[in-house]
Amino acid sequence: MTTTILAASENPLLPNGWEMLITAIGFALLLFAAIKWIVPMFERTYAERTEAIEGGLAKAEAAQAEADKARDEYNQQLESARLEAQRIREEARTEGEKILADFKDRANVESARITENAHTAIAAERSAAVVSLRNEVGSLAIQLSSKIVGESLSDDDRSRRVVDRFLSDLEQTPTDAGAHQ
Amino acid sequence: MHLPPFFEIGSFEFAKHTVLIFLSVVLIAGFFMWAIRKQALVPAKGQFLGEMGYGFVRNSLGRDIIGEKEFRPWIPLLFSFFFFILVNNLFGSIPVLQLPTLSHPGSAYVLAGIAYISWVFIGIKRHGFGHFMAKMTMPPDVPKALYVFLIPIEFISNLIIRPVTHALRVFATMFAGHMAIMVAASLLGFLLSDVGGLGGILGGAGALLLGIFIYFLEVLIQVLQAYIFTLLFAVYVDGALQEGH
Repeated sequence: MTTTILAASENPLLPNGWEMLITAIGFALLLFAAIKWIVPMFERTYAERTEAIEGGLAKAEAAQAEADKARDEYNQQLESARLEAQRIREEARTEGEKILADFKDRANVESARITENAHTAIAAERSAAVVSLRNEVGSLAIQLSSKIVGESLSDDDRSRRVVDRFLSDLEQTPTDAGAHQ
Repeated sequence: MHLPPFFEIGSFEFAKHTVLIFLSVVLIAGFFMWAIRKQALVPAKGQFLGEMGYGFVRNSLGRDIIGEKEFRPWIPLLFSFFFFILVNNLFGSIPVLQLPTLSHPGSAYVLAGIAYISWVFIGIKRHGFGHFMAKMTMPPDVPKALYVFLIPIEFISNLIIRPVTHALRVFATMFAGHMAIMVAASLLGFLLSDVGGLGGILGGAGALLLGIFIYFLEVLIQVLQAYIFTLLFAVYVDGALQEGH
């Protein structure tokens, strides 16, 4: 009790010089440790952590970008493949049409040629037939008429003229009708 | 009030106060260096705790007040102030130790003095002596005539009262808290031994409750004072660094 009263009677605001020195030394030691070790170590850890996080983010971003690029490329390829397919289909269609038209043309030409040939052959055969027929009918008629008329018709030139005239008369009427059938 | 010193060398008394100061330095430096020894990117429990304490001072007292650009050089001082005062204050609430070091005025004067010298020094270094003085004593946007009164008032308030209150605030709260606990303890002892009987026991129980209440109030104040001291220091540094008035 007495010590308490004694202490209370001192002015509590008056510092003890030794205590001030001790506090200063103690604080200086702590500050030294903080400057030399504690703060640098904590700051380094913080910086490393920030770097690690930012590095991870950057890496993820790069991967994302790469994936985007691959997807774009794939889409582009798909698009170009589609265009290519369309082009090929279009080409095939035109080609087909062309081939078809070609074949049609060729068939037409062929059929026209065949018809033409047939016409020519028919005409040739007909004229051949006419010629041979004319000759045969002529000689037959002359043989027949000479038998009937006698010598008078043995002259060749004369008889031929007679036969020709007869035949052309013949052709004009009933043969025409026969040819039309 | 004070225990007798353990030993004396001349006028130097090697007492509990001295032991506690050095104990606090060993505890703080030891804990934080142990906590960060691995510098792991993913912290374990110890490192997490250390980072929580360090990050609190660094971010909410340093970065948020002094600013992103300038706070880094001040981290060691802020860190040392906060944890030195915190641990030394809490010694007042630890049984057996039971002495908040800053209840001895010399310690508070030294810490406030270091803070004062630091911010005044950086202010003068940054702005030059004349501009710094103008910054401290001539608030802007005031009619010129008022400077006759304002310059002395601002000078006294910013450059003289500021460090004094900085020191006395922490000293006085620690001193008063220490006294309050002692009063509660003396009351308990007096009621139990000198009064005795039923009244003494009942009164003693009341005094015990009072003492426990004051104890927890003291813990709160001890933490708060460490925070306030460091916060004010950061505000002073920020004021000294800022451009303009």
